[in-house]
Amino acid sequence: MIELRSVAMSYGGTELLSDMTLKLMAGSFHFLTGPSGAGKTTFLKLCYAELMPSGGQLNLFGQDVRDLGRDDIAMLRRRVGVVHQDCQFLDHLPLLENVALPLSVAGRAVDPQELKDLLGWVGLAGQARALPPQLSGGERQRAALARAVILSPDILLADEPTGNLDWEMSLRLLTLLVELNRMGKTVVIATHDLNLIRAAKAQVPARVLRIQNRRLHLAGADL
Amino acid sequence: MRRLLGLLPQAEPRGADRVVPPTGFTARLTLLTAAAMAFLAVFALALSLASGRLADRWAEALARSATIRISAPAEQMAAQTRAVLDILAVTPGVASARALDEAEMRNLLSPWFGPDLPVDTLPLPQLVEVVETAGGLDAEGLRLRLAAEAPGALFDDHTRWRRPLVAAAERLRLLGILSLVLIGGATAAMITLAAQAALAANGQVIRVLRLVGARDVFIARAFVRRFTLRGFSGAVLGTVLGVAAVAALPDTDAAGGFLTGLGFQGWGWLWPLAIPPLAAGVAFGATRAAALRMLKGIR
Ligand SMILES: Nc1ncnc2c1ncn2[C@@H]1O[C@H](COP(=O)(O)OP(=O)(O)OP(=O)(O)O)[C@@H](O)[C@H]1O
Ligand SMILES: [Mg+2]
Repeated sequence: MIELRSVAMSYGGTELLSDMTLKLMAGSFHFLTGPSGAGKTTFLKLCYAELMPSGGQLNLFGQDVRDLGRDDIAMLRRRVGVVHQDCQFLDHLPLLENVALPLSVAGRAVDPQELKDLLGWVGLAGQARALPPQLSGGERQRAALARAVILSPDILLADEPTGNLDWEMSLRLLTLLVELNRMGKTVVIATHDLNLIRAAKAQVPARVLRIQNRRLHLAGADL
Repeated sequence: MRRLLGLLPQAEPRGADRVVPPTGFTARLTLLTAAAMAFLAVFALALSLASGRLADRWAEALARSATIRISAPAEQMAAQTRAVLDILAVTPGVASARALDEAEMRNLLSPWFGPDLPVDTLPLPQLVEVVETAGGLDAEGLRLRLAAEAPGALFDDHTRWRRPLVAAAERLRLLGILSLVLIGGATAAMITLAAQAALAANGQVIRVLRLVGARDVFIARAFVRRFTLRGFSGAVLGTVLGVAAVAALPDTDAAGGFLTGLGFQGWGWLWPLAIPPLAAGVAFGATRAAALRMLKGIR
């Protein structure tokens, strides 16, 4: 699914990430941790081709990202659902249309019942008509998750999806992600929350990646 | 101004267009600009058509014909007429030449002197009609030769004074066409600016659309459709007003002359129909280019 070979990434100055080699298999469940500013968001951006590696080779679905044209990238993003750290909604459209946005841009028909079920699944059935700025941080994160899965992507990337949630809501969201993983989706969650990782490990064989000193490590079973 | 613009019609975005928030003020400005430009284009079109007609009419009137008038004592008249015809026969640029007979002279003069004119008793000059070839003849050379061999002959190329007028009318037609080109260019520039403003204002929207997998054409289409529609409807408005204004010009009969000839004639009234589709085409091209250029900067 996602394969890195000595991938390096820099924003122009010194390298932020170096020599990352990794293979994420289909159906796997990974956490991504590391201190703030270590490059977790940057790593995820590489995985949906918002950023290009400055060195090494990165393959997504068996294709070198460097060979992807602009339309290829659009198609790739329909197979990778992303919960962004800052959600990224269209503030002038109600939640319902924001969640259905990937369908609209892909030119696919929207099934109203399916959409309603999806909103119910993330506990937002009552807020369908609200505009994104009128929602709480946690509601927005759940809406972002609904939008990320609406195209039934093969890979789900979530950047601090529980950052604004209380513990109970965090667990609910985790349950949703675990459900998706059981449906065969590859899941990567960037988080600081060790409790969340522990809770997940009780449900799925999750592995932990850690970015430290510009390198990507596979953390031990000590968590 | 804003309130005035608020009165103009505005298309409500639907379906896929909804992903880009409405841009009310820019929208109405674009509409107004397109209308103003179309209005001007109608006049530029009328100007170039009218001056074209004028140039054609005057050029035809030139018709490359001239006359030679021979005034001589009666006993020399025949000799000088023959001399003139001989000279004309060998002058380059003369297609044909012929002396008018008495009946023709009487016809020419009757409007002034009445039909009962005793032509034979009057010391009338003899007229020779000269038809030039397409290349025209050398008037100065002919005058010199006539002066030497037929002192009573006077070469009169009376229509020649119109030549600068024809040139002026032709220049006017060219200026009309140039104006049309400039109006088209200015429209493209203004729509590009408006589209760029709309694109810049919607940078975040475009970024989000890219993130959820929108292709460039999808995003560009939302903007292109909007500006094409505005350009078209504005141009329809301006064209209708412009044509109405041209139609309301006073009749040619009422005043006569060039200014009142500034209308459309016959099939010419169909020309303004081309303005709205052209404006739509200009808006389409300008917006599409601006959108694709801007999208290049967003992954
Ligand atoms: N567009 C950018 N241009 C330059 N530097 C950037 C850019 N984006 C991020 N950085 C820098 O890269 C580093 C890593 O950023 P990143 O967002 O990947 O960290 P993170 O691990 O996600 O942090 P957090 O846990 O706080 O979200 C930071 O020091 C940040 O300042
Ligand atoms: Mg981050």
